[in-house]
Amino acid sequence: MRFLIFFGQRLALAVPTVLILSVLVFLLQRLLPGDPALAMGGDEIDLQGLEEIRHKYGLDLPIHLQYFRWLGSALVGDLGISLRNSMGVTELLLGKLVITLQLAFASMIIAVVVGIPLGVLAASRHGTWLDTATSAVSLTSISIPHFWLGILLVLAFSVNLQWFPSSGYVPFWEDPRRSAMGFVLPSIVLGTGIAGVLMRHTRSAMLQSLGADYVRTARAKGLSERRVVLRHALRNALVPVVTLGAIEFGHLLAGAVLTEQIFSIPGFGKLLVDGVLYRDYAVVQGLVLVSAVLFILVSLTADVLYFVINPRLRG
Amino acid sequence: MASVTQTPVFVRPESRLRRVLRRLARRRVSLVAGAIVLCFIAMALLAPLIAPYDPTKASFMLVRKAPSAAHWLGTDEVGRDVLSRMIWGARSSLLAGAIPVVVALLFSVPLGVISGYAGGVLDMVVMRVTDAMLAIPFLIVAITLAAFLGPDLKNAMLAIGIASLPVFVRLARAAAMSIRAEDYVEAARVIGSSHLRIAFRHILPNMLPPLLVQASVMAAAAIIAEASLSFLGLGQQPPAPSWGSMLNAAQRHMAAAPWMAIAPGAMIFVLVIALNIFGDGLRDALDPKRR
Repeated sequence: MRFLIFFGQRLALAVPTVLILSVLVFLLQRLLPGDPALAMGGDEIDLQGLEEIRHKYGLDLPIHLQYFRWLGSALVGDLGISLRNSMGVTELLLGKLVITLQLAFASMIIAVVVGIPLGVLAASRHGTWLDTATSAVSLTSISIPHFWLGILLVLAFSVNLQWFPSSGYVPFWEDPRRSAMGFVLPSIVLGTGIAGVLMRHTRSAMLQSLGADYVRTARAKGLSERRVVLRHALRNALVPVVTLGAIEFGHLLAGAVLTEQIFSIPGFGKLLVDGVLYRDYAVVQGLVLVSAVLFILVSLTADVLYFVINPRLRG
Repeated sequence: MASVTQTPVFVRPESRLRRVLRRLARRRVSLVAGAIVLCFIAMALLAPLIAPYDPTKASFMLVRKAPSAAHWLGTDEVGRDVLSRMIWGARSSLLAGAIPVVVALLFSVPLGVISGYAGGVLDMVVMRVTDAMLAIPFLIVAITLAAFLGPDLKNAMLAIGIASLPVFVRLARAAAMSIRAEDYVEAARVIGSSHLRIAFRHILPNMLPPLLVQASVMAAAAIIAEASLSFLGLGQQPPAPSWGSMLNAAQRHMAAAPWMAIAPGAMIFVLVIALNIFGDGLRDALDPKRR
């Protein structure tokens, strides 16, 4: 019951956020310079052609009616037609989402495998050179520009050592090995930044846990340090870290713009860049809306996870 | 027995600025980081004096030359000196670090203060709008706005400023809400101060510390965002130098001229890490719990 109330509250907050988001995304195209009808018709189109396009797509309607029409279509999964390749935007996005999800999962695995153990290590060796070194690694990985790291990795591992391909995407079902090899460098690039964030937060959450009374009690009971750190301190420290990890994953779904560009991975990011460069308004609008809604859903999942794994909230 | 009389010693309380500077000075790493940021500012200001060549002058005799005594960091794909472009490129990066933050502060602080101080429906609307904006990743907002406004450094900075608005609005609101409950604000209300006076005389000066810390962190994010936009061709336009556009060119000539990729990326990295360290130091120095 308590969970249902908690979930209902979070959902009730998410609904107005999504509605406001839809207004922002709609206005983004309508209020900024440039005529969408002209973008659809091209520079050569005459006035009559422009009027026809405006009428066909409802651009001659009052702006609030245009919004409701657009929202109604979006709610039934129709996000318009891409100007560039005449495909349905929804269909196009679904195809790209599969690729972006693969990249996001691979990056998250790297971030978790590197970030959490190093954060635990830094906290359990607090004040030593190991703690300082780990903090420096974390700060470096947060500050390094991803696209530069991508270029450096390509230079080292593709151009010089030729261990991994520098670009291109191979579907997993076509050739699993080549597909996996193609994801190694971009996942390292994206995983590095998140690993830094997870390292920092794990360290500070662990330091708090290690100073808590229940840890002192566990030590007083004569448990081994390994058991105290892993069973007692880490279990509690992971509560905020899991939530943060889920939010970072939400950002990954749409935030891999430059990495996908550098490694020519045809996911959400590359679609966005191509969309803005070719002024493919429907694609950009649809992509921004879908990625933001995905982010809200991931945040909602993070809230639920927080509730599920936090015994104090469960009561 | 001689009586000892003690005269009371009055010590002038240390000013807030002095206290922050003293605490900041104790952290050597933060001082070094601050000095590095100052060096970058000096480099940008003195670019006409210290750059060895004209950063836009192409020479087809010097296309993609490796580092040498004449060109310390080599030349690019049209024969321009990489070192000179790197020095001049500091201007667009530093401007991109400062102007979006100023734009964001100018709009978000009054909005955050009004929202946090007034509460009610207005606060709820402002919060839902910032929630919606925060759901869209920062770089996506910046890219979309920059593309729709037109590829240009000014538009890129405006886009980055708008993209960073919600973070500052939330911070300003939270600070305003906590300061609103303080005794001195209540006292000002009791003596009949107007809402406007309370907001600008009492709340605004006290919310500066968290905003300053966020500004330094956001400046680092804005520098990366500008470089990202220029990398995509949506920021500084060629032939004007920018670290992001230099990396874009470098990516296309990675195998033949790897030196083109090292220096501009290293500049962004060093500046961003210095700003992040300085921001951390500032946070610690301003944190009342550490007094």
